[in-house]
Amino acid sequence: MPLFDVFDISSSAMHAQNVRLNTVASNLANAETVASSEKEAYRAKAPIFEEILNRSSNDPIEKTGGVRVKEVSVSDAPIEKRYSPNHPMANKEGFVFTNNVNPVEEMANMMSASRAFESNVEVINTTKQLLMRTLRMGQ
Amino acid sequence: MSNILDNYIGIHAQALQVRTKKTELLAGNLANADTPGYKAKDVDFRSALKMASSDRMTTTDSRHFELGGAGGGDQVQFRIPTQPSVDGNTVESHVEQGEFMDNAMRYQATVQFLGGKFKSLKEAFAPVR
Repeated sequence: MPLFDVFDISSSAMHAQNVRLNTVASNLANAETVASSEKEAYRAKAPIFEEILNRSSNDPIEKTGGVRVKEVSVSDAPIEKRYSPNHPMANKEGFVFTNNVNPVEEMANMMSASRAFESNVEVINTTKQLLMRTLRMGQ
Repeated sequence: MSNILDNYIGIHAQALQVRTKKTELLAGNLANADTPGYKAKDVDFRSALKMASSDRMTTTDSRHFELGGAGGGDQVQFRIPTQPSVDGNTVESHVEQGEFMDNAMRYQATVQFLGGKFKSLKEAFAPVR
């Protein structure tokens, strides 16, 4: 029964949003991380979502599915170089490399992820109600 | 016998099938609200119900092509967004949420109708007291 598929679809979305929240947490936790070279510096991560196509259907347009994380992309925004020769992580020239996390962007991302998560919870609750009503039909 | 029962239940059984399909599509849209390039889908209820309730040809040979079932095939269409986003995603969460709620209410209405039908059938079969 397709109504049960809704649970799979919505839970896949909740999982994907959870991964997104995890990357946000990781980025915000590393917002003050420094490194001694540009290569070692922390770079902001963000998941890229992809639709899961339903294998059981032959009709390309009818294929409905959930969502999964295709990859976790790493930001290539420039990394700030700071001159602080007394820093224990400073390189030979006296520079430390910060990271390219943008906390404002991360906060917005976090809100978006939590809203999307909520709307999927709502979908699951409503679908559960519909199923219960259907099961109790005629009683 | 099954024909009598089918006639008695009427269009509600097919309506429930189309509503279920619509629920699934809308859940898929909401799940993919942040997927780049995803196009929101929906079924046109009227034409899907017409398709589901009309006498369809049945496949009698393995080489026959399957015709779209309830809410499948031609009835699934892409939604036209009011504000398309840069990443090619056409899901507008508020539109989908509204549609989902609307669909859920109508599903419950159909279940109510069907329930009523079964209730009166049971009453008709019950011994006279």
